[in-house]
Amino acid sequence: MTMTMTQRILALHSGKEEVRPGEIVEARVDLCLANDITAPLAIKVFEELGVGKPFDREKIALVPDHFVPNKDIASAEQVKMVREFAKKYGISHFFELGETGVEHILLPEKGLIAPGDLVVGADSHTCTYGALGAFATGVGSTDLGVTMATGRIWLKVPETLKFEYKGRLRPFVGGKDLILHTISLIGVDGANYKTMFFTGETVKGLTMADRFTMANMAVEAGAKNGIFEPDEATEEFLKGRTNKKGLWLKEDPEAKFEKEYFIDVSSLGPQVARPHSPANSVEVEELKGTKVDQVFIGSCTNGRYEDLYHAFQVLKGRKVAKGVRLIVLPGTPAVYKQALQSGIIEGLLESGAVIGPPCCGPCLGGHMGILAESEVAVSTTNRNFLGRMGHPKSLVYLSNPFVAAASAVAGEIIHPKYVLGVKDD
Amino acid sequence: MIKGRVWRFGDDVDTDVIIPARYLNTSNKQELRNFCFKDLIPDFSERVREGDIILAGENFGCGSSREHAPIALKEAGVALIIAKSFARIFFRNSLNIGLPLLEVKAGLDGVEQGDEMEVDLKKGNIFVKARNIALDVRPISGLEKELIEEGGLLNYTKHRISRGETTP
Repeated sequence: MTMTMTQRILALHSGKEEVRPGEIVEARVDLCLANDITAPLAIKVFEELGVGKPFDREKIALVPDHFVPNKDIASAEQVKMVREFAKKYGISHFFELGETGVEHILLPEKGLIAPGDLVVGADSHTCTYGALGAFATGVGSTDLGVTMATGRIWLKVPETLKFEYKGRLRPFVGGKDLILHTISLIGVDGANYKTMFFTGETVKGLTMADRFTMANMAVEAGAKNGIFEPDEATEEFLKGRTNKKGLWLKEDPEAKFEKEYFIDVSSLGPQVARPHSPANSVEVEELKGTKVDQVFIGSCTNGRYEDLYHAFQVLKGRKVAKGVRLIVLPGTPAVYKQALQSGIIEGLLESGAVIGPPCCGPCLGGHMGILAESEVAVSTTNRNFLGRMGHPKSLVYLSNPFVAAASAVAGEIIHPKYVLGVKDD
Repeated sequence: MIKGRVWRFGDDVDTDVIIPARYLNTSNKQELRNFCFKDLIPDFSERVREGDIILAGENFGCGSSREHAPIALKEAGVALIIAKSFARIFFRNSLNIGLPLLEVKAGLDGVEQGDEMEVDLKKGNIFVKARNIALDVRPISGLEKELIEEGGLLNYTKHRISRGETTP
């Protein structure tokens, strides 16, 4: 029987020759992770199991990133609990403030994930690592607590949906636009329980940053995981980061997909998702003139160096419009340092941006930029649900960093070509 | 047998709506119950009664992986969630904490907010007297049933470890 990449990874990790969609397997985990919101519940479950020690202290990553630097006493207590747990059991990959950053940017940067790995994380955006050709999926805290004890997890083998992209991308269009457009085609539950396999000539030319962004938002279509075939770009990214060999799978040409989508992106412009759903995306031109109060550039979706560079290309030598607040959170200390050394940080500051520490910040309405009633934000994040970034009557539009930066300069949603005075063909 | 009043919801109820992220700075279950649907139905946690049932449309529980969402619902008294479909992480989180779910595609559209409903999970029967509804659905089975009967993944795993079926 032929299997998809995802099915092969699941078979290999559950000691089976083959697995079929719908079957429940108990799979061995190569890495499990949790953050400051989800780890405390997982730790309680782990301790209640009473197994004495974690299955492998090298294969657990604990990343305080949601409410750090601790935003209040309760958050400080949660991080303290995670810190003490990490110390008690000698967890190798606990990231203290100063080392920590947005988990899904940080862990690949540290080389903790290789192609073919099976990763589970108590965070829905764990699916980001599919960009490396790994099987990675979000779970809850009880799952994570049990996995920390046993090194295993129950998983239902998913069907795979294939997304084949063709056509040359236009200027200011990247991974964010491809995934927003895709989610608008299939809906927020269009891939529920399933694998999204991203392929085609367009995808093969994408940077790793763009691939991470796409895999990251697979969950916004309900997917269990998103996955790319690892290639030269993957190899280049992993060079010097990891000693893991990995399992470099290619999709079986005979593999059976539940459904195949062919998407020509040659005429696609930058996409913006209107409130309150990531599936609500339209061409940026359709929203031209929408007044903006705040712009946020950062998060596990678009907080990488490339994203900051894109924003800088638009903001360089320009000022943020009066009355607009631009918040930039580099994803990790390394991203911050690289942006500092290349002059991006200085350029953004001169434009009028505020630069904050590497963390999730306002993405989930945690801190560092909460919206007031009826305020409008353009955000490079992944969710624009009701009340996601603050007041239930605030409005969030999702976009790529070019559009976010241009909107900060114009004070309204705008195609970057107008701000830069260039053509986009 | 589960008996309770119905709370009606539409499609794509996300976990940010079930419990906004600003309340996730605690893992105290009794505290979490107070923040259920805080932005949508501010007095939900005061009005909900032990045994009440949520009846929703497609993709219930989409979005974040926060287990705080099913925990808050369970602690508030919700005994069962019936939806046309569930988002996958919410689905496994609910089973993992022993909160039963039923996927029912059709036959309940006429049920209204506040209706009394009776559900037998093992037999797969749903009764709503006020609407003359007696519906047979697929009873829970397999791993789902085991998890609900054990009260969640924690007890299920404890017992498996004690029986030597999985090793720590």
